[in-house]
Amino acid sequence: MDPTIDIAIEHTHVRFADGLTLECGTHLPSLTLAYRTYGRLNEARSNAILVCHALTGDQYVAERHPLTGKPGWWELVVGPGRPIDTERFFVICSNVLGGCMGSTGPRSVRDDAAGDGSALWGIDFPPITIGDMVRAQKKLVDYLGIRRLFAVVGGSMGGMQVLQWAASYPDAVFAAVPIAAAAHHSAQNIAFHEVGRQAIFADPDWQGGRYWQSGRVPARGLAVARMAAHITYLSEKALTRKFGRRQRPGEAAAGSGFPFFGDIFEVESYLRHQGSTFVKRFDANSYLTITRAMDYFDLAADYNGDLAAAFRHSQTRFCLVSFSSDWLFPTAESRAIAQALNRAGANVSFVEIKTDKGHDAFLLDEPDFHRTLAGFLAGCREHAGLL
Amino acid sequence: MSTVRQREAIRYVAKNMRVDLRLIAEMIAPGSRVLDIGCGDGTLISYLFHTKGCDARGIEIDMAEVTRAIAHGLPVMHGDADVDLAYYPDGAFDYVVLSRTLQAVGRPREVLRQMLRIGARAVISFPNFGHWQVRWQLLAHGKMPLTAIWDRPWYETPNIHPCTIRDFFELCETDGYIVEQWLAADETGRRAPWRRSRWLANIFGQQGLFLLRSA
Repeated sequence: MDPTIDIAIEHTHVRFADGLTLECGTHLPSLTLAYRTYGRLNEARSNAILVCHALTGDQYVAERHPLTGKPGWWELVVGPGRPIDTERFFVICSNVLGGCMGSTGPRSVRDDAAGDGSALWGIDFPPITIGDMVRAQKKLVDYLGIRRLFAVVGGSMGGMQVLQWAASYPDAVFAAVPIAAAAHHSAQNIAFHEVGRQAIFADPDWQGGRYWQSGRVPARGLAVARMAAHITYLSEKALTRKFGRRQRPGEAAAGSGFPFFGDIFEVESYLRHQGSTFVKRFDANSYLTITRAMDYFDLAADYNGDLAAAFRHSQTRFCLVSFSSDWLFPTAESRAIAQALNRAGANVSFVEIKTDKGHDAFLLDEPDFHRTLAGFLAGCREHAGLL
Repeated sequence: MSTVRQREAIRYVAKNMRVDLRLIAEMIAPGSRVLDIGCGDGTLISYLFHTKGCDARGIEIDMAEVTRAIAHGLPVMHGDADVDLAYYPDGAFDYVVLSRTLQAVGRPREVLRQMLRIGARAVISFPNFGHWQVRWQLLAHGKMPLTAIWDRPWYETPNIHPCTIRDFFELCETDGYIVEQWLAADETGRRAPWRRSRWLANIFGQQGLFLLRSA
């Protein structure tokens, strides 16, 4: 396991020298957002789609990842001839504020009064919110000269950002597609995040969050966090279908180091692999920061507990998609959003896609989902006069 | 080119649209806000948008139909007439449409009340259980009738609240709804010539179609 993250990679980015004042009151002296774009912005600047990534995603939506060498995380959805057709749309995706793929976050050099010009923010990075992430993205969209986004699309935490976009900047969002999302993070989801965070804290290599000083990163803790989280992204049925109770003879010693444990189950081997590959591309403090931002998310709370008030008079066209076997962001959460949108009189489409793939379904090959997304965007093009 | 495609789409819709949907569309003013409950694949809302410039939306309980509708670019949400109408604000629509669905909902009277709360007008079509074939089959055979419209045996029909045209008039009176228009039609959509007589319409009309507003 080589857990060092290559920070030498240069990501396409923009730096805003005026920084960003966060919801917590802290002012970040400067703000850097790393981003990627695909397709061409038309002359009227009316064909831009902002894609918001999930907790551990990044800006490399539809191209080989410079660090892992793997295909983009949403190549099934974004690309030429795909539901988000890059021959038609100009697609933008930025690494979220707090992330570790080039945007300002715990792994950036601390540049406030307490910084010495070389030390990193680490655990001193101020707490951020989904609202802060979205205000940072708005700066990027303004910088690109786009007054109104044709659509904002995202799954999971990306869907939270979509909802926040629609609430904060209704005139800048023609269509909104929150996928497998919720208007607040549930107690169960906060609980799972807490398990992950405690695993990181318990790793002696975490060193109170100042692990960059020793060069040893809390790889074991972060891997356990990822393993626990990964289970919540799948479903019991999908795990049974993929692994069942199958075992891999001969791998036990290498895996656990305890011969009396016997052969390793395939599902264990899979999770260990997920954990060990994750730590090569993700920063533990970023994981802590972003999971906390998700936990804080409660859109209705900003509107006296009335979610409908967040969308009052909205002209945005919404399309909510949930997946039948998703127990992390279950259909009931999307339905509650749809009902709030109805109360607000907004234009809303809502469908639950039948699948056994759990929360991760939004990243996978789901033809019904892809048809739905493509059709919704086509309908919106007609209404926007974008033909 | 887009207008050509649009025109083709309209022709396609018009040719394939159920006749009661065409009759419903005739009752709806251009440019109005419409909610179609039980919209299926969205044929009516597509027609109303393309030919009448309506802001038409739909609710459908069958998830496969919802997927098909959204994939065709139509604003349709999965929902249940018995549950989800409560979430719309008063007067959100000019027309709320319920075609061939009233007999299948759990609480038809409440659904009607909700329709006229969230919409200025309600358009309702339903298969007429008073049609002579239905009456004859029950009388002659003593068995639950099976006709072109009532085509499922009693143990698996979703139609748990069948009513006749006269029954419907009676409910409108009891609940104080004003019948602005009504007609009876046969299955092929020819308007029945008995529209002046409720009694004849109730015998010869295969489906009833009503335009209501609150008193």
